Amino acid sequence: MSNVSALQDDAKSRPKTAAGRLSRLWSKNRSETNAAGYIFISPWLIGFLLLTVWPIAQSFYLSFTEYSLLNDPVWVGPQNYANIFLNDQLFRTSLGVTFAFVLVAVPLKLFFSLMVAMLLNKNLKAMHLYRTAIYFPSLIGGSIAVSVLWRNMFSLDGYVNHVLGWFGIQGVGWISNPNTSLGTLILLSTWQFGSTMVIFLAGLKQIPSELYDSSSVDGAGKTRQFFHITLPMLSPVMFFNLVLGVIGAFQMFTSAFIITKGGPVNSTYMYALFLFEKAFKHYQMGYASALAWILLLIIAVLTGINFLVSRYWVFYESEGGKAK
Amino acid sequence: MTASRLKSSKLANHLLLTAISLLMLYPVIWWLGASLKKTEEMALPTIWPAVPMWENYSKGWHFSPEFSFAHFFGNTLMMECWNVIGAVLTSAVVAYGFARLQFKLRGFWFSILLLTLMLPGQVTVIPQYIMYNHFGWVDSYLPLILPHFFGGGAFFVFLLVQFIRGIPRELDEAAKIDGASVYGIFTRIIFPLLKPSLVTVAIFTFIWSWDDFFGQVLYLSSVEKYTVGLALRMFVDQFEIQWGQLLAMSLLSIVPSVIVFFLAQKHFVEGITTTGLKG
Repeated sequence: MSNVSALQDDAKSRPKTAAGRLSRLWSKNRSETNAAGYIFISPWLIGFLLLTVWPIAQSFYLSFTEYSLLNDPVWVGPQNYANIFLNDQLFRTSLGVTFAFVLVAVPLKLFFSLMVAMLLNKNLKAMHLYRTAIYFPSLIGGSIAVSVLWRNMFSLDGYVNHVLGWFGIQGVGWISNPNTSLGTLILLSTWQFGSTMVIFLAGLKQIPSELYDSSSVDGAGKTRQFFHITLPMLSPVMFFNLVLGVIGAFQMFTSAFIITKGGPVNSTYMYALFLFEKAFKHYQMGYASALAWILLLIIAVLTGINFLVSRYWVFYESEGGKAK
Repeated sequence: MTASRLKSSKLANHLLLTAISLLMLYPVIWWLGASLKKTEEMALPTIWPAVPMWENYSKGWHFSPEFSFAHFFGNTLMMECWNVIGAVLTSAVVAYGFARLQFKLRGFWFSILLLTLMLPGQVTVIPQYIMYNHFGWVDSYLPLILPHFFGGGAFFVFLLVQFIRGIPRELDEAAKIDGASVYGIFTRIIFPLLKPSLVTVAIFTFIWSWDDFFGQVLYLSSVEKYTVGLALRMFVDQFEIQWGQLLAMSLLSIVPSVIVFFLAQKHFVEGITTTGLKG
């Protein structure tokens, strides 16, 4: 079900002439569905106002205060922001760690999920078995259970080092070594590429097979087809996965909290963990709110850049004319 | 391409996919074996222990002197039950409003709904916590359950809107001629037809709130109310970790999600496909 056909449905149901539109606007029926519409969306609307709009406003106010839950908030002006940017070494560290994580983990995940999705898009027997097996790690992915598993497997005398030992490689304590600890978290996140992959798969299934047929008649090879048909046709889906992947990666919490607790030497001190500790361990609610707003701005700017750049590489069928 | 070449390329694909599947599942397979190992055996490269320690499961189940894991599973399932009910009922109602009814600012509200998909939770979590704290709801399940009763989350509303748009409008029109109101059309026509996607909503809600560790850490503090995830964290934080027991209990903790996934696997993939993510 594509969005385009849904829009066409809407257009059909609307009266075409101005008079028709006007009479419909004033009819009792119209105002009735107006009220009914708001009644139906009210659960979401109330929740949105109560749990999103109000908290956002509140958090903006709190970011200019000092507040520990015990006393009333005290207005301190932009001092929280000044402290964060000028004096807070942990802020810089956690931002650096988080950017490193996003820059490596997101492309890796996109790459693997696209490659596997293309394999899964072939017409083979028992495909659903492979799909289930490959999706499985993502199903259990965010759970604390997997973090426990990872912590054990990658410890100094853990399983991974024994396997490496067969090949004569002397492993390190992957989690206790500051040079490799972030790598193990990236590996964990890449292992869970399932949902990204399923979305790619849905996108691949919508590419008309005639495109491949006619291009192979014209003598195009597999590589050429990949770069000239698959990638352009898949670019909107790729864009969707990229935007949500970046947003999700910035908020990575559970594995850093359970597996490494941010260490060793803060090498995995992710931004979300920093924010959590400021707010709910030190109860510096004002300071943490300022951190939250900085995170929001970073994500907004990156998403904005993503949208701007997307004009140069994302190909929408409806704009570029029907591809033949 | 000749038939034999086609066959060999199929075989190559099968081999590659089998290899990838094994690689993906390998940690899970190792996990199964490790949950039955003694601590000394843990690091050995063998998958299966010489003598399986079934007592890892029975001892792990009762690792806390006060409560067994049955208690923690009970807590989590009770919370899940409310979450699923809330998400299924309210997301269907909201989606029907957006998909079928004409009202002022509909497009505006719908774009806002989609925008909230991108909002990082960290921005709202602190004021929400302060608010729940003010109501005296911290250390109760209310902050974890209540949000599901407000439309169940933007993603589900979007998913159901896409699905409802695929239901022929002629059905609505026919019911309207028979005298049904918009409410009647929803309860008698749309809601029953939504069943397959509502299964998807239920599964996703179940699995995601099972894994919502952040919320549980934040709002549940007394051991009596702990969920399975929090009980596991308590286990990890012990002075000397009994890895065999811990891995055994971790493995049990994913069983409900796995069962739900396999029972409804068909709906799961279909549900994602109906979102029509094409751009």
